Amino acid sequence: MNNIALKDLLYKIADDQLIIGHRNSEWTGIGPILEEDIAFSSMAQDKIGHSYAFFNVLHELGESDPDTTAFLRNAEQFHNCQFVELPIGEYDFSLVRHFLFDHSEMIRFEMLTNSSFEPISLIARKLKGEVKYHIMHANVWIKKLGTATNESIERLQKSLDEAIPFALGIFEESKYEEELANEKIFPGEIALKERWIEQISDVLKQTELQLPDLSLTEARTGGRYGRHTEYLQPLLDEMSEVIKSDPTAEW
Amino acid sequence: MYGGGNLFETPKLDELRNEDPIKLKEFEDRIERGEKIEPNDWMPALYRKQLIRMIEQHAHSEIIGALPEGTWITRAPGFKRKMSLMAKVQDEVGHAQLLYSAAETLGKSREQMIDDLISGKSKYSNIFNYPTFTWADCCFISWLVDAGAIVNQTANARGSYGPYCRALDRICAEESFHLKYGHHCVIHLATGTPKQRKMMQEAIDRWWEPLMHFFGPPDKLSVHTETLVKWKVKMATNDENRQQFLDMYVPKIWELGLTIPDPNLKKNAETGLWEYTEPDWAEFKRVINGDGPCNKERLAVRRVAEERGEWVRQAMLAPQSKYVVPLA
Ligand SMILES: [Fe+2]
Ligand SMILES: [Fe+2]
Repeated sequence: MNNIALKDLLYKIADDQLIIGHRNSEWTGIGPILEEDIAFSSMAQDKIGHSYAFFNVLHELGESDPDTTAFLRNAEQFHNCQFVELPIGEYDFSLVRHFLFDHSEMIRFEMLTNSSFEPISLIARKLKGEVKYHIMHANVWIKKLGTATNESIERLQKSLDEAIPFALGIFEESKYEEELANEKIFPGEIALKERWIEQISDVLKQTELQLPDLSLTEARTGGRYGRHTEYLQPLLDEMSEVIKSDPTAEW
Repeated sequence: MYGGGNLFETPKLDELRNEDPIKLKEFEDRIERGEKIEPNDWMPALYRKQLIRMIEQHAHSEIIGALPEGTWITRAPGFKRKMSLMAKVQDEVGHAQLLYSAAETLGKSREQMIDDLISGKSKYSNIFNYPTFTWADCCFISWLVDAGAIVNQTANARGSYGPYCRALDRICAEESFHLKYGHHCVIHLATGTPKQRKMMQEAIDRWWEPLMHFFGPPDKLSVHTETLVKWKVKMATNDENRQQFLDMYVPKIWELGLTIPDPNLKKNAETGLWEYTEPDWAEFKRVINGDGPCNKERLAVRRVAEERGEWVRQAMLAPQSKYVVPLA
């Protein structure tokens, strides 16, 4: 088994989950209605739990323990897509990101249930069940707000237009697509992207929202190779503020 | 968590004079027998008013209380703490939701209550008007403010209004996890590195007075509450709750090698009661009336959240929408 390719795959999944979870948790206490406050917090907890599971697999493959890996690297060492690190913005942006990202996540986990690397397939099978609810939540709200008022439709459309280039960055190919596919660890980003387009189009068709022309959209890439927006490092500084204040301590 | 030391209005005798004496007698007999009052049952207007006020204050305290701890979610040290703190603060927001629903059964809508919160007309627990400077402040709240809240809430759960009692039963079950989590956090700090111990001690020094305030003014200064006691709206006096808290938690704090910034604090072996320096009640009043270190900030956060979410709430009501959100 190709360990470098495998670790690269694990890092990008774990980092995506950690950073989107971190961002979604920022809605705690300030959501548009209490029910959404609670929903975003609950999904954020799931995502961070997922990242923990993947960091554990990495630990078993010889990387540092999850706390060290998650809390003590700097931005260039992170492999998440840039999409997840963007600030939460208004609720329309967070909702659109939740919709776009979670569909990709769901398909990725579905693909990974057949991974030849058993620790991954086991986790994917388990987590798929949780993500199913995240997708349901996202679809319900996109359909509702995507058909409700002029303001809600306009807001969602604007956020969708802004989000799409970054969302395409989710599928930035790694150096190891071929190895991973050959070893039946992961079928690859291109296959994932195709299914994703189908799925999100299905939902968007039921709304007043227009999916921008993807063939004309340039993907915002770089994240998978450690190139990030200006938003990631401050997020990481915040996340590690306490843990770094006394590195010898147990918290 | 939840604010103790509810502020009650002095019941005015006139308000009772207008009530039908036969119905009033029946109502009081039911309470005396330990029956619960349900939303559609007859109740005196004053009972309704005081309960709304109390449950509403409680709900506001949960939602405002989510803020000082919530700001530490993004900074919590390590996976374990981050996950637990997220779950805890989420619970608090859930408590607010439960309590707003309980108060709504008495005829005041959630929107009205939130409007009154933002305008400053209705109050919330004073303690959340103090800032959480460090991680240790956040741990202090999780352990000791929640502990104080449990003392109050367990008492109130024996009250007479059915929907409130049922909400409190659920809340208390969750609070016991908060307490455990908070206690673990404090143990780690109090028995950790010199830097951690210092951080924890400073948090205790900062929060002790607000925590003593938390249970409300001493009984000798409190307004007449006999009717409220008889109606099982108020289940224990402020001093009773404070005494119970001191009895349960002061030994646990001392056990960790932490000190409490009150040289007079000791248990009187004869009376079995704790003696302490009265906290500054003028300060309490000042803060409750809006002049605390964080009042403006807390309400501003709430106001901005409401304003930013306005379009979502509007959209949920939109009749032309093709899709209806099934709210769980
Ligand atoms: Fe609590
Ligand atoms: Fe609570």
